[in-house]
Amino acid sequence: MPHSYPALSPEQKKELSDIALRIVAPGKGILAADESVGSMAKRLSQIGVENTEENRRLYRQVLFSADDRVKKCIGGVIFFHETLYQKDDNGVPFVRMIQDKGIVVGIKVDKGVVPLAGTDGETTTQGLDGLSERCAQYKKDGADFAKWRCVLKISERTPSALAILENANVLARYASICQQNGIVPIVEPEILPDGDHDLQRCQYVTEKVLAAVYKALSDHHVYLEGTLLKPNMVTPGHACPIKYTPEEIAMATVTALRRTVPPAVPGVTFLSGGQSEEEASLNLNAINRCPLPRPWALTFSYGRALQASALNTWRGQQDNAGAATEEFIKRAEVNGLAAQGKYEGSGEDGGAAAQSLYVANHAY
Amino acid sequence: MAHRFPALTQEQKKELSEIAQRIVANGKGILAADESVGTMGNRLQRIKVENTEENRRQFREMLFTADSSINQSIGGVILFNGLFSQLDQGAAPLAGTNKETSIQGLDGLSERCAQYKKDGADFGKWRAVLRIADQCPSSLAVQENANALARYASICQQNGLVPIVEPEVIPDGDHDLEHCQYVTEKVLAAVYKALNDHHVYLEGTLLKPNMVTAGHACTKKYTPEQVAMATVTALHRTVPAAVPGICFLSGGMSEEDATLNLNAINLCPLPKPWKLSFSYGRALQASALAAWSGKAANKKATQEAFMKRALANSQAARGQYVHSGSSGAASTQSLFTASYTY
Repeated sequence: MPHSYPALSPEQKKELSDIALRIVAPGKGILAADESVGSMAKRLSQIGVENTEENRRLYRQVLFSADDRVKKCIGGVIFFHETLYQKDDNGVPFVRMIQDKGIVVGIKVDKGVVPLAGTDGETTTQGLDGLSERCAQYKKDGADFAKWRCVLKISERTPSALAILENANVLARYASICQQNGIVPIVEPEILPDGDHDLQRCQYVTEKVLAAVYKALSDHHVYLEGTLLKPNMVTPGHACPIKYTPEEIAMATVTALRRTVPPAVPGVTFLSGGQSEEEASLNLNAINRCPLPRPWALTFSYGRALQASALNTWRGQQDNAGAATEEFIKRAEVNGLAAQGKYEGSGEDGGAAAQSLYVANHAY
Repeated sequence: MAHRFPALTQEQKKELSEIAQRIVANGKGILAADESVGTMGNRLQRIKVENTEENRRQFREMLFTADSSINQSIGGVILFNGLFSQLDQGAAPLAGTNKETSIQGLDGLSERCAQYKKDGADFGKWRAVLRIADQCPSSLAVQENANALARYASICQQNGLVPIVEPEVIPDGDHDLEHCQYVTEKVLAAVYKALNDHHVYLEGTLLKPNMVTAGHACTKKYTPEQVAMATVTALHRTVPAAVPGICFLSGGMSEEDATLNLNAINLCPLPKPWKLSFSYGRALQASALAAWSGKAANKKATQEAFMKRALANSQAARGQYVHSGSSGAASTQSLFTASYTY
């Protein structure tokens, strides 16, 4: 290690750091609206709507036409490529609608999972080819942050050392390339909730995975102050017979993060991973009330857990659009409170909010 | 990673965590009085005192029998092998490198730790050394020293001792502040990955790193605030919040610089989730040694000199040190020795 060749100039670092801090400003989190065409197929089929480009546009319009109430609770929106270039009914680009609300625009840049030969069904994620050029273009088109999802799973023999190493490495390459193009990388090493393992097992695995991720980021000279982390909360597997309280989940989650995520990382934006809307809010709230010291912002980057009620209310009918948008705003505000530990709980049970949103082996 | 086999029980974790927190509670730090015989020889030679066991004992006794108000400032003492917990057994060369080393001492370490625990020790120390030079530190040196530190830490914890993890990047050289920061970040990232790989319980450890400073032969001068910002930034990027405390080594800084820098570190505006304190040898003892000069009659002056530095550093560990303006010659004198080994 004779010399250092700075990867970024001080101006580049400042830009990245400012963007990251804007996204996770107090009380704000991320709307993950970056479902791929394949994922949207599953969502729309659940409400009996055909998976056409127009329907996908109409659905995202429901979310993006939310009024100024979302300004205080949404710091960023993650787009899918197709959506970045779509417009509302009046011809206003979605990107501009979001930016006009002072919300940062993000873009999913990975190209899905591919198998790792010789493993027990494990994967890595592709998308590095031409990534720099794509990032440069996305930056011109209004994106200031990106997302890349890696997937690991817990079973008898997984995650294997290879899966951890390979996914950590590819996340670090992606992060490095993003930063070279002025884009804040959200690093997402998701450990799926599939399985019957208990909370402690998930915590153990999460710690190992995150340690590998941060070592890789260091090796690749990634500027941590200009990144965000999007991890799973530490939870038991979906088939685990033991039930845990939000406080137990919070303690396990914050402990794992404290042992692995350097304080330089400005924010941790949890994925909801199939938790119901209400569960995701209650857990986030408990995390923000956890008595352990927490040097990063702890907030949300929710897809399903922000959209389920809205999707269900819309059901493909434009007459329902207004009511559907209201459902989204409601969940956004609730999670904004949870991100500050100020959510008191809904009081009402049932409906789409409490229904588990678990889909086995979820691929976005 | 099929299964996990917990390295420690809940009770063991609790014990380790409580010891670690006690050492760095409320502005306390560590007196590193663990100089080897050879190193004490260098110290005593400066004040023209013969390096006998009796002289070494006399000097240490004066420090350890200082007024009980010292307890406000000193949370722990590291003593040399004879009694306590300096656990490593010196450097061994790494063949094929530019004079880099790893540290020995793993053989029979578990038994030694168990004995030290019985004899009253609560923590251990192990110093790994890395240097900045052409092709240094190499990835082998970083990796090997990180691994040895992690093995040592794991074994300590198995025996109820809190491991102080010391990956010292020595100040020899003419590199600037930025270069030291870069190297320190790489080294600490490797150390924490190794600790994780070895299933070490971070809440029951302490870190003893170098502050980030320019090399001793660097012509550029930096303020304590610059040193502080570079240091805290490096730690910020590498040391998980679970680590309860960071006790800096003084590495040849004068007594006063070591205190001023520690104070600036505690005033640095970046978030600091760990305690930031001291584990000083030379920087706590230099004035005391000069006051003693080998004469038993100077005992009181010796103890006062020592307590003054201890108190100053305790204040610095809370960001409350006010530079007095008048410092004796000994406290501003650089204590740098090239290629320092204990």
